[in-house]
Amino acid sequence: MADGPEQIEDLIGLMARLPGLGPRSARRAVLHLIQKRGALMAPLAAAMADVAATARECVRCGNIGNADICALCRDPERATGEICVVETVADLWAMERGRAFSGRYHVLGGALSALDAVGPEDLRIPALVARVADEAVREVILALDATVDGQTTAHYIAEQLAGSGAQVTSLAQGVPVGGELDYLDDGTISAALRARRQF
Amino acid sequence: MVLSGLSLSHFRSHLLTRIGFDGRPVAIFGANGAGKTNILEAISLLSPGRGLRRAAPEDLARRPEALGWKIVADLGGHEVETFAQGAGPRVVRIDGKAAPQAALGRLARILWLVPVMDRLWVEAPEGRRRFLDRMTLSFVPGHGEAALSYEKAMRERNRLLRDQAGDGAWFGALEAQMAEHGAVVAANRRVTLARLHGAMAGAQTAFPAADLALSESGPEDVAGLAAALADGRARDMAAGRSLTGPHRADLLAVYAAKGVPAAQCSTGEQKALLISLILANARALAAEGEVPTLLLDEVAAHLDAGRRAALYAEVCGLGVQAFMTGTGADLFEGLAGRAQFFEMREADGVSRVVEGKDVQ
Ligand SMILES: Nc1ncnc2c1ncn2[C@@H]1O[C@H](COP(=O)(O)OP(=O)(O)O)[C@@H](O)[C@H]1O
Ligand SMILES: [Mg+2]
Ligand SMILES: [Zn+2]
Repeated sequence: MADGPEQIEDLIGLMARLPGLGPRSARRAVLHLIQKRGALMAPLAAAMADVAATARECVRCGNIGNADICALCRDPERATGEICVVETVADLWAMERGRAFSGRYHVLGGALSALDAVGPEDLRIPALVARVADEAVREVILALDATVDGQTTAHYIAEQLAGSGAQVTSLAQGVPVGGELDYLDDGTISAALRARRQF
Repeated sequence: MVLSGLSLSHFRSHLLTRIGFDGRPVAIFGANGAGKTNILEAISLLSPGRGLRRAAPEDLARRPEALGWKIVADLGGHEVETFAQGAGPRVVRIDGKAAPQAALGRLARILWLVPVMDRLWVEAPEGRRRFLDRMTLSFVPGHGEAALSYEKAMRERNRLLRDQAGDGAWFGALEAQMAEHGAVVAANRRVTLARLHGAMAGAQTAFPAADLALSESGPEDVAGLAAALADGRARDMAAGRSLTGPHRADLLAVYAAKGVPAAQCSTGEQKALLISLILANARALAAEGEVPTLLLDEVAAHLDAGRRAALYAEVCGLGVQAFMTGTGADLFEGLAGRAQFFEMREADGVSRVVEGKDVQ
């Protein structure tokens, strides 16, 4: 196959680094973009530049938004005294898609794993402990993966929050073993949240 | 669950081999190196894990091509595919959908006896533990997940021990995971021993009964195991690994009629004990309406004519699907009319099934 000019090859190389895309599908996507360069490629490039310049992690909860404090943390109606702890921003967005939860979140940025060299200090656990004290939190809901790493992290957090006065609950089991929140449908997430129980 | 069809593509010495089975026992004969054990190995990969040779997925690919391999099976009406490409992991698909390996444990109950297990009773506990866990998986399909979770939590804890790192709460969280899954592992094994004892008691069999026990490996309840792990942290830190828990348990067997530990029995008696356990396992499953699959590699050759006839009678009587290998058809004469026969031949590094060799 004849290769395109250098810039196009560079673009394909970048696209191929996206999750779910390989060299073939990246080439197809780039070709598609070029054919729709007025209607799709230029607006996409502008939107990407805009998000690249404005996106930032919320210093409070770890969600991604466009301000130091995200919209969820700014919304006073979200101050329900409940914080839902998730591993990733993708998990938070999955919960929001389902409109299952009306409180605030805390994104850990992963799960404890000695084998992967992820310790408590690499996760936002100290920040969570501080928030529980500062924000008059009544209940901390642990929505972590049903994997060994996820459940170890849940235990660890429960231990850190013992004596904080906040109740620690976790999503009902029935979330498939090793299943990640992001892959669950909205109804399942709502049901698991309603059936949460004391950790 | 009956295995009614098997197709191997680029799997070890097989380039493309397709065989149909009718549910009766299967006798596979042929010269050394013909590709008989490779067929049993392929069937063993229809259960979770690395199969009866514990091979890495890339070693299963036919050489010199070494591109990858694929097994497709009709298992009780389900199409099971398992394959690997290059250095990639083993993939499982059931009825066209990707599935975790553990799901295989729910489809079929597969047990095996291979010649390297002849030394099982005298070698390290690991082999006996693996044998016990394979039997346990046949009774409790969820055992695989519990064992994997336990092992994962233990590897995490061992890393903390070796790094001499981690705070008490991190250790505690991992120990809670080990305790939760470890208690399940231990309980599943107890269930298995009870089932095996039940199936050996009063059974009409030519094979010797065994008294089975688990060696002491610490508390088996969640709270007790968690406490024992917490208490043992300093000692485990010095050792660099976890010294308490079901990963340390050993399967102990005594040749019941003589009161002699298996390791001190004659070679023939040791083999007879293994066959006895496999048959007891199959009897217990059959009593619940489960039809297990037995893979008996080179078993016939090491039995005298009387024991061989007894083995065939028990296999046929239980209605289990047993796949047996041996070098000559004569070893299976006693099965004539009651089993399917296949002859394997190897030419130019390719294994083939010779059709139409059904011995009447
Ligand atoms: N990855 C592989 N590629 C090609 N041939 C292999 C591979 N692994 C094993 N073999 C060959 O398969 C042949 C048959 O093995 P096996 O099934 O164990 O024979 P047997 O009939 O004695 O049980 C052996 O000669 C071995 O060299
Ligand atoms: Mg062999
Ligand atoms: Zn926020």
